[in-house]
Amino acid sequence: MKKKLLFISRHAPYGSSLPKDALDALLAASAYDQDLSILFMDDGVFQLLKNQIANEINQKSFSAILPVLSLYEIDSIYVHYESLEKRHITINELVFDGIQVLDSQAIGVLLAQQDQLLSF
Amino acid sequence: MIFSLAIYAAPYSSQAPDTAYKFATALLANNHKIYRIFFYHDAIHHASALTTPQQDEPNFTQQWQSLAKTHKIDLVVCIAAALKRGLLNSQEANRYNKPAANLAEGFEISGLGQLLDAAVNSDRFITFGS
Repeated sequence: MKKKLLFISRHAPYGSSLPKDALDALLAASAYDQDLSILFMDDGVFQLLKNQIANEINQKSFSAILPVLSLYEIDSIYVHYESLEKRHITINELVFDGIQVLDSQAIGVLLAQQDQLLSF
Repeated sequence: MIFSLAIYAAPYSSQAPDTAYKFATALLANNHKIYRIFFYHDAIHHASALTTPQQDEPNFTQQWQSLAKTHKIDLVVCIAAALKRGLLNSQEANRYNKPAANLAEGFEISGLGQLLDAAVNSDRFITFGS
């Protein structure tokens, strides 16, 4: 039976390689036919900004990597509203048009629906 | 209950590995089972056979080894995270023509699929060092 697994990414994109490792784990997980989703919150919302130019620091841009998720049929992508608001980021600055924006209360519901949380 | 742990924190850099170890021993003391401990990101250094802490510090490598031996727990290290940080078993050392292998006994190098497998096949999946 499929399990509901939510990846939660909470760190800014380049200071640590943990956000990249989270994506690698998510893409690897996509081969195993489970019900996968990912939530960006806290400083993790910075990963979602458009037009990142990370090659200047010898990194791959998250704005280039993240759209790949849909090729792996990972379409449940969430962002925490209050995390965006605190950082003065608006939705039209994000790489995904169709990203689902959830406030803290809705995130509580989302978490409660999961079989496992994978925190990064 | 069946638990799996994911550890992302390097030894000796933060409190997370010690918390993870104490959590693991508390689980086993309360008759829970641990299906797998998965070492990813900077935590791969837990699996180095060359770890040489000072005498008044914990030896995480030995602690995990003895826990795994006593309770038959799978200790799995992510291959991609391990190789780029210089942690290799003898097979990978041969494959990449490196002068030595340093994976500690009791640990196994495998793919990220093992992380997902642990999440799917455990009642609880707990992360340390995220």
